[in-house]
Amino acid sequence: MTDRRTFLRMAIMGTAGLLVAGCDKISQSSWGPKVLGKAQGLNRRVQALLSPSSAMAKEYTEADISPTFHPNGTTMPDTPEYQALMANNFRDYKLKVTGLVTKPGEFSIDDLKKLDNRTQITRHDCVEGWSAIGKWQGTQLSALLDHVGVDPKARFVVFHCLDNMDEDTPYYESVDIQEARHPQTLLAFDLNDKPLPVSNGAPLRLRVGRQLGYKQAKYIGSIELVDTFAKIGSGNGGYWEDQGYEWYAGI
Amino acid sequence: MTTENVIVADAQIIAPPAPAKSKRLVYRHSLPIRLMHWINVISLSLMFFSGLQIFNAHPSLAWGNYNNPDKPLLSLEAREDASGNLVGITRIGKHEFNTTGVLGVSKGPDGTPIARGFPSWLTVPGPGWLSMGRQWHFFFAWIFVLNGICYIGYSLARKHVQRDLWPTKSDWRGIGKSIADHVRFKHPHGEEALRYNILQRLAYLIVIFVFGIGIVLMGLAMSPRMDAVLSPMVEFVGGRQAARTIHFIIAWAFVAFVLIHVFEVLISGAFNQLRGMITGYYKVDVDPVKVAGPEPVAVIKEAPHD
Repeated sequence: MTDRRTFLRMAIMGTAGLLVAGCDKISQSSWGPKVLGKAQGLNRRVQALLSPSSAMAKEYTEADISPTFHPNGTTMPDTPEYQALMANNFRDYKLKVTGLVTKPGEFSIDDLKKLDNRTQITRHDCVEGWSAIGKWQGTQLSALLDHVGVDPKARFVVFHCLDNMDEDTPYYESVDIQEARHPQTLLAFDLNDKPLPVSNGAPLRLRVGRQLGYKQAKYIGSIELVDTFAKIGSGNGGYWEDQGYEWYAGI
Repeated sequence: MTTENVIVADAQIIAPPAPAKSKRLVYRHSLPIRLMHWINVISLSLMFFSGLQIFNAHPSLAWGNYNNPDKPLLSLEAREDASGNLVGITRIGKHEFNTTGVLGVSKGPDGTPIARGFPSWLTVPGPGWLSMGRQWHFFFAWIFVLNGICYIGYSLARKHVQRDLWPTKSDWRGIGKSIADHVRFKHPHGEEALRYNILQRLAYLIVIFVFGIGIVLMGLAMSPRMDAVLSPMVEFVGGRQAARTIHFIIAWAFVAFVLIHVFEVLISGAFNQLRGMITGYYKVDVDPVKVAGPEPVAVIKEAPHD
């Protein structure tokens, strides 16, 4: 009986194992990920058709806010630059705006608060699968873009962050101009009516209402408007994108 | 040649074949149905294995819109025991089970136990690799969805759903007998085998229209971009984490269906059933009453029963 059970277990594990091993070969090949990746382009195009670019992410009520907002990724940037800013409670913090803009500049949190602000209670969906709901207050990115004037050549807004991932690789992310101008795209400085905690990205983080967590760059140091990702990181538009994740994080 | 035929014919006149041995091949499954069936086998399998890879990135289930780490519905966890060994714990509500070796903790690439929800022999890719798992999952999700749309469209147009799957009044009346037959593993081999019984009809209808459509909608409910238009549905089912939980449950319901389906194929004539789904031809015993005609025809071409 035990023998039969062992045999059955080995047979199931063996079959599954062979299949998984075959798939691993494909995953590590040069052509496999390219073929599989075709689906991701389809996701982006079809989702833009089904869910128009103007569609708004659902906004929740105060009662829906989750008791905790799980901090993921970096929770304490260790660069001297960040540590110095933190020591002074971010009073010396200035957001730099560079690249394809007519008026590059530097903005303190107070400067940003003078531009159009928005408060929204939205859900955060991590690529890992979990969700949290928080109340965000921040400057609408569109207001900042209008303030600095966007060069018509610019296609993407890149967020350079103050936290280093592995070995001096700063986190970075990007969205296209359309997503940057969406009313729910914020440079958030408050979470749940309090200044953004360090673990959640103080003093400034990105909120994009309809994309996954890795798009929501924390510890933003500067914003750069570009027409191509070619010269940034490994050229895929974001830290996790350079590790094989999709630039389009709507699914 | 001619003489031989005559001899055969004579032999039949003298001794007609015993009814039990008289069989006919029926063209049961049309080519599109066979193709779509096997495409479905591949895409469902790969979505299941890559889905478990994705699940492993957060091996926990919740209800509502967010996760309460202290109160998961189900979670696959790893803990250290007193001597520092990793112990795999499966939590279902308040109940905990030691599932070391399979769930929570299983062997890593180098053979040592590591913390991971489902073991590497059940995930695509084998090692923890979320981004690649997503690539596999979304690629085959498209194949599953397009194949499913083709299947439903074809089956409605060819009246396969209406004729072969939708239960008739007499099917419903036979439900008691059908259940009794199934639990006794009794299967018809004659003409009756060509007709889906009530349990088959219900199973196929539920798998196609509840599981199939349900798992796709619950998958879409997890997409933040789609939720900009789907949020009424997401809230209706209980929130994004509830949708994720339902997605997971339906995935395992598919596994349960496949296990029963394969079991039924094995006990009702595996060779005949496989031939049916590969070549289209399925052999049935000819009803003795109907063998009245002088020449038993080997192959009868007729509209596929699918």
